[in-house]
Amino acid sequence: MPFVSFLSGAIRLSATFLYGSTGEIVIEKSGHLNLGIPGVMSVGAAVGCLTVYKMLKAKIYSSLLLVLLPFLTTIVAGGFMGLLYSFMTVTLRANQNVTGLALTTLGVGLAGHLVNGIKAGGDIGIIAKASQFYANLFSVKSNNWFVQIFLSHGILVYLAIIIAIVTQVILNRTRIGLHLRAVGESPATADAAGINVTGYKYVATIVGSAIAGLGGLFTIMDYMGGNWEYVLEGFGWLSIALVIFTLWRPALAIPGSIIFGGLYIAAGFIKGITFAQIELIKMLPYVMTIVVLIFTSIVGSKKAQPPASLGLNYFREER
Amino acid sequence: MNTTKKTREPLFHLVKRTDVKPWLPWVVRGVTIVVAFLFIGILTFASLEISPFEVYARIFKGAFGDSYRVMTLLRDVAILLLFALAVTPAFKMKFWNIGAEGQVLMGAFACMFCIFYLGGKVNDTLLIFISLAAALLVGSVWAVIPALFKAKWNTNETLFTLMMNYVAIQIILYAIKIWAPGGTGTLSPSPYGNLPTIAGENFWFSIIVAIVMTAVMFIYLRFTKHGYEINVVGESENTARYIGINVKKVIIRTLIFSGLICGLTGFMLVAGIDHTVSSTTAEGRGFTAILVSWLAKFNPAGMIFTSLLVVFLSRGMDEVMTMNGISNNFFSKVVIGIMFLMIIGCEFFINYKIVFRHRAKSEVVPPAPVEGAEKTCGEDTSDGEIPQATTAKEE
Repeated sequence: MPFVSFLSGAIRLSATFLYGSTGEIVIEKSGHLNLGIPGVMSVGAAVGCLTVYKMLKAKIYSSLLLVLLPFLTTIVAGGFMGLLYSFMTVTLRANQNVTGLALTTLGVGLAGHLVNGIKAGGDIGIIAKASQFYANLFSVKSNNWFVQIFLSHGILVYLAIIIAIVTQVILNRTRIGLHLRAVGESPATADAAGINVTGYKYVATIVGSAIAGLGGLFTIMDYMGGNWEYVLEGFGWLSIALVIFTLWRPALAIPGSIIFGGLYIAAGFIKGITFAQIELIKMLPYVMTIVVLIFTSIVGSKKAQPPASLGLNYFREER
Repeated sequence: MNTTKKTREPLFHLVKRTDVKPWLPWVVRGVTIVVAFLFIGILTFASLEISPFEVYARIFKGAFGDSYRVMTLLRDVAILLLFALAVTPAFKMKFWNIGAEGQVLMGAFACMFCIFYLGGKVNDTLLIFISLAAALLVGSVWAVIPALFKAKWNTNETLFTLMMNYVAIQIILYAIKIWAPGGTGTLSPSPYGNLPTIAGENFWFSIIVAIVMTAVMFIYLRFTKHGYEINVVGESENTARYIGINVKKVIIRTLIFSGLICGLTGFMLVAGIDHTVSSTTAEGRGFTAILVSWLAKFNPAGMIFTSLLVVFLSRGMDEVMTMNGISNNFFSKVVIGIMFLMIIGCEFFINYKIVFRHRAKSEVVPPAPVEGAEKTCGEDTSDGEIPQATTAKEE
């Protein structure tokens, strides 16, 4: 059934975009446009892979540890990239766009360099052990379409959805979320209200980057099955695009990322098209993002706008 | 007791510098670049176990080793400079065009399109002019689309131009699949429509064009009415409107100009150097150019040095890696990323000064501000090390 495997594939790939865009939404809600997400995802993935590699070298074969430790190191690595970004933009008040782009350069380079070290070490079973990541979480074997589509994925896919829902609830239903949104909309007002603006910005950036880093880990260890391919930069930019596509709502990012995932893999499921036409179909996610971008700006609805202070640094003594 | 503690002044606070001495930014940046080079040496030593002096020697050799290397370096500087010049007017206007990559690619695509379909059918000189015209046209169209939406509906240009990059890449991938069917997915270099070489080398044309464009851009931004309007719109859109500048017109006009240079750059890449096109023709330089332009404070003359710095580093590090048997440019990306982050970070010490609690009291004495400025300047090196210390941990 091509349709079932198409939907299943779309949901699987959607986790990449979901991690990336949920992370970026958290960051953007604090008023920071982090264009370093491709770099963050790359570094997260590379550090995760490096952890698996080191563990296999140290002959640690426990399947629980082989998933858990890379998971944690990826979070730390992603968070660290976030710390670097927030140090630059919050404390040093550097321009957010150039800092993000520099972070992407650094991150993609660093990831490539780390992975070369792994590749030079030869295959010591990373690909075989990657199956721990995409092992069916519910371990149900059935040809039922529902099971195939929704219950056949690895743990990281479900975690992405859980993180997105939790983020949505925190952002819209808790005091912390209210404060974070206030910081992103008007840091001066938030500051006057006694909210620790710097603290919120730092924590949001670090947490968001850690989430985005997981997207990198998922892409390589689950979606690519342990093969390192240089796709993360493109996926990172798509995740940033998805943030606009979903109007800064993590809950909307769940269907949004499935649409992106579907569009990305659609070419492989359409019969009788040429290789050239595949390239045109791959253009769709980008074109759709542009359309949404234009549409939201024309409608100009207040609920569909980016945080008001997005891209602007806050300095208390400035008027 | 408790209340006095709470109301005590914080240990230090930041003050925006109002009277920046003209020499201060250059001292800070110079010191930062030196520190960054030291750090890069240490980093290379730590990860590749080559002695730092050896690293510097190799970087220098890779960049300036022989006349061929020097010319290649200058050609790469010229191309990066063209990219940077292209993004500059828009950035000066605070229009965040991160789509130079796509605009150049579309220029290159248009140029290759003409060469592919007209090559051998028309006079080669005519073909060069046709492909130049096509590259300029398509490059500027690609740049003006986001500008139109920005002007009309204030559509976010950062993300719009970013997406346009990928649309451009897909168009090129599509075209290559059609032009080179069933093959390796690469288009072999075309013998038609190539720019003439001088003394058998393809360096000169790009270098000459870059020099001319730098001069043109410098004059355009500094001495023309257009340049003045760009400046005002960048400083404050409201002021611009108040003094009767048509902001929408300026945005659209500037982006057409930006796109023209991008188209020219794409034309230089295809007709002058590569004679073919691929999705990686621009090599990410559209993004690097933003940093190059920004580091030079959007001054075309300064961009000569910043692009030289970037190309010098990347070619030099490539040499270091090649000698170590590594044939990719990831490590040079790391090095460039670190250099960028440190220079971006050092701007803080130019724009702000740190006033410590006890020093703040002595500020009542008239000569204190000068002393404070010197003190903070002296601290630059030590504080400037914070970003590199953090990156070091990452390794």
